[in-house]
Amino acid sequence: MLEDKDRIFTNVYGFQPWNLDAARKRGDWDNTKDLIAKPQDDIIEEIKASGLRGRGGAGFPTGMKWSFMPKESKDGRPSFLVINADESEPGSCKDREIIRHDPHKLIEGALCAGYAMRARAAYIYIRGEYIREAETLQAAIDEAYDAGLIGKNASGTGYDFDVFMHRGAGAYICGEETAMIESLEGKKGQPRLKPPFPAGAGLYGCPTTVNNVESIAVVPTILRRGASWFSSFGREGNKGTKLFQISGHVNNPCVVEEAMSITFEELIEKHCGGIRGGWDNLLAVIPGGSSVPLVPAEQIRHAHMDFDGLKELGSGLGTAGVIVMDKSTDIVRAISRLSYFYKHESCGQCTPCREGTGWMWRVMTRLETGDAELEEIDMLYQVTKQVEGHTICALGDAAAWPIQGLLKHFRPEIERRIAERAGSMQVAAE
Amino acid sequence: MPKVTVDGQEIEVPAGATVLQACELAGKEIPRFCYHERLSIAGNCRMCLVEVKPGPPKPQASCALPATEGQEIRTDSEMVKTAREGVMEFLLINHPLDCPICDQGGECDLQDQSVAYGRGASRYHENKRAVTSKNMGPLIKTIMTRCIHCTRCVRFSEEIAGVDEIGALYRGEDMQITTYLEQAAKHELSANVIDLCPVGALTSRPYAYEARPWELKKTLGIDVSDAVGSNIRIDSRGREVLRVLPRINDDVNEEWISDKARYQVDGLTRRRLDKVWIRKPKGPKGKLVQASWEEAFKKIAAAKPGKSIAAVAGDMLDCETMFAAKALLKASGSSLIESRQTGMDYDVSNLAAVNFNSGFSGIEEADAILIVGSNVRWEAPLVNVRLRKAAKRGAKVFIVGPEWEPTYPATFIGQDVSVLSKLPAEVTDALKAAEKPAIILGGGGFAAGAHAASVKIAHDFNMVRDGWNGFNALHMAAARMGALMLGFAQDGGIADIVKAKPKVLLALGADEVDFTRFEDSLKVYIGHHGDKGAHAADIILPASAFTEKPGTYVNTEGRVQRGDKAVFAPGDAREDWTILRALADALGVNVGFDSFHELRDAMYADAPALAIEGEVTDYGALAKSVKGNAAPKGTIPAPIKDFYLTNPIARASAVMQQCSNELLLGETLAEAAE
Repeated sequence: MLEDKDRIFTNVYGFQPWNLDAARKRGDWDNTKDLIAKPQDDIIEEIKASGLRGRGGAGFPTGMKWSFMPKESKDGRPSFLVINADESEPGSCKDREIIRHDPHKLIEGALCAGYAMRARAAYIYIRGEYIREAETLQAAIDEAYDAGLIGKNASGTGYDFDVFMHRGAGAYICGEETAMIESLEGKKGQPRLKPPFPAGAGLYGCPTTVNNVESIAVVPTILRRGASWFSSFGREGNKGTKLFQISGHVNNPCVVEEAMSITFEELIEKHCGGIRGGWDNLLAVIPGGSSVPLVPAEQIRHAHMDFDGLKELGSGLGTAGVIVMDKSTDIVRAISRLSYFYKHESCGQCTPCREGTGWMWRVMTRLETGDAELEEIDMLYQVTKQVEGHTICALGDAAAWPIQGLLKHFRPEIERRIAERAGSMQVAAE
Repeated sequence: MPKVTVDGQEIEVPAGATVLQACELAGKEIPRFCYHERLSIAGNCRMCLVEVKPGPPKPQASCALPATEGQEIRTDSEMVKTAREGVMEFLLINHPLDCPICDQGGECDLQDQSVAYGRGASRYHENKRAVTSKNMGPLIKTIMTRCIHCTRCVRFSEEIAGVDEIGALYRGEDMQITTYLEQAAKHELSANVIDLCPVGALTSRPYAYEARPWELKKTLGIDVSDAVGSNIRIDSRGREVLRVLPRINDDVNEEWISDKARYQVDGLTRRRLDKVWIRKPKGPKGKLVQASWEEAFKKIAAAKPGKSIAAVAGDMLDCETMFAAKALLKASGSSLIESRQTGMDYDVSNLAAVNFNSGFSGIEEADAILIVGSNVRWEAPLVNVRLRKAAKRGAKVFIVGPEWEPTYPATFIGQDVSVLSKLPAEVTDALKAAEKPAIILGGGGFAAGAHAASVKIAHDFNMVRDGWNGFNALHMAAARMGALMLGFAQDGGIADIVKAKPKVLLALGADEVDFTRFEDSLKVYIGHHGDKGAHAADIILPASAFTEKPGTYVNTEGRVQRGDKAVFAPGDAREDWTILRALADALGVNVGFDSFHELRDAMYADAPALAIEGEVTDYGALAKSVKGNAAPKGTIPAPIKDFYLTNPIARASAVMQQCSNELLLGETLAEAAE
């Protein structure tokens, strides 16, 4: 279990104020000048050495992502850092807590990361529904400007760095990095084709890196305490600490910072007061936010909660938004609801996702009541395969995976419903 | 030049090519809906998926993937086949099964590709999506349930036309293509989205339910609605032209045509002159009475014109007709021929000084452009497309003359032509700094007498240099350059002909002439529409429109092009040259040809350049100066008052009338109604 001295987000529960004075007492903005008083590449190396992987879901090594940014601007184009605070994944709520209670960690991180990637400014794209959070964040940015921490000669480093907050309008797809860039530019939020990747041509055609809030917010602490400290947590390839967000049928749902690779059982027992009704009552877990396949109870209990551990189980860590479902859950209906979410949030740009999400959802609604033929289970699986990997962005995959997880682990349940309904229809007919 | 392997076949592709282009070079067909050569890459239909190594183990959209050295591309693997079937199935699940009543039937990409790449049966048992159809104006009919969201129409409007007219609303499966606030698409190239639409979502409203494509005879033609000489395909059934579509010619119209070129053809069946008419008694109080050809010829012969005969050529004439008239007059001993109907008298001794010398594809490369008195959007919409490309590449555009809405950044520097003698520093700096400076002299500029001043500017700013000629005259009449090559110009313009007081005036489809100046002449109108010329005529001889005769046309860049005959002229109407040939007999002169071939041979002998089809004519060097005032004064007029009604065919067209009413006068009419 992570000791209190090793926690990065020391105010994640909001027991102390979020403002600059309180943040300073917690150690934020403490001599930031020194943190970045070294060559950019050294910072990137430090982050690489820390083993930090992107916290937004895909788990791409953060330091490597930064290293794709141009070392110097050959044509006068500035570079930008875009911070993804469009946290819309069902089950995820870590960025919300960070912005609510520890916004200065994010802003300080923006400066450090922005300096490392030679960015001119950071744009924080915050989810439209986060109204209070946006107010807090803007107030924190204003405080930082007033204190000279960002802006011209940020924190006395001689480096000019601006931070802007941009509020989204509530579209899940704008959490996709290129759709976010489109949206920031004032266009309809639709993912772009890659290549070109944002590091080559992103926001306004300039080199851009898009990072998750948590990935950025942990940067100052890593720089202060050193890469070796951060990498002392977790298994190889899955280093560091992580905010887990446990929701659903546990006794004490919470957001908690823990070391990576903690087992599911330990996470639940230590922080969530156990499963509602005990471990025997556990049905399945969606371990990484709605877009990863579910894992049935028997497989998840001793699983390591990290990128590789969950990948072995055919799922993923995603954002570490752990959705716990006990045996009172109508699992088909639960996944069907997720299908509706993806159908609702598909941007409509490319064919498989636009047409496929609706189709999948409609079949799923029928499966809830068993109003289907047995063959349709296989057909549904084929449809998910026709969507997965055929789309511009990962939303198609995200829509397909939960259903694939359901079909993989709960096929007997679906077959039972179909048979039951067919039987009752038979009876009614007689 | 990267080398790639397509289905085992190694080929070298040009640098910057996409995988899709590489496959095409290797002779593989790649199905696609959203990809279009002239539009930006959207990559959203996902139909062009292929397997590419190295790369992720999933199919890649070939339209958006650059071809790189050593790629192994497969278009025939199981993965590709399944992917295509999958995408096809998705496209079809919400597409209505109304092909039997869909106007796209027979030329529908979705139909063709589902036959080639689809599964053959549907597994979709849910309800299909229905979408309300949108108003896009009098030209574009929408049935949006059929839309497959390829966004070609959106990209065309934004990128080629340069207007934000069409876009997408909502998201996911509720996404809908529409014009903003469902206003009519007003751009003069708007109907090109019909050709771009791969399905039957956007179809032609005037052509709705008229015919099936396999019923139509397809004839290659040249558009005469402006001086661009767009290459068109005339689709006809029986004796009626049903529609006009663009042909691809990268040098001229690329792949587009203006709405007027496309939709004026319904005017070909209205207000036609299909009988011979004679005004009895002669003079303004007389009434037109039906007559026979014989009577008409007798009456003309009775006027005994001798060499007192003149000919004025209209704006849509082919060179053959003009040459036949010229030969007739020459045989009679007259050289009173003129084509500039409205009375312009600019110097034509040097044809390079009245030609679009940069060429349409050349003007795209210009980096500073001065437009003198031309509403390019209306006078030559397809040249405006080229100017937009130039502006997108960074060209600075300045416009002298009445203001209009360019589709690119441009600076208006005054309405008075006198500004040419004292150009603002902003303009002179840009022209001086430019590598390829250009000037475009339009109809308004000619009318304001800016010819000499424009030639002077061309020389002052060294616009004619190695491999570049930046002096451009932009005419509005399809017949203009051909007429000038055949010598249809008097020094003093039409005034010279008025002065000569000819006994007989042949008005060859000339409808813009002020006929009150020819009160004493016997006015013989040889044309196809009952328009202004016919109203003023004493004798009307019915002739053929551009779709009803083969003909040679020279566009404003001096490009010689030929169109074929699509249909027969209605009633008693004849091909123009046969009328003039018969008139020669009536007047007792010998023109020296008895067949169309002989006429053409004689014409080539007279103007050899007309024999070279498809090429831009070399008119020699631009003259150092031309006659006229080098420091003219006065406001530049706007020669086109109504884009949709510039010629007799368009004025007779119900569709063009409707466009004029709804698209141009709509606001005025609405106000009047209140």
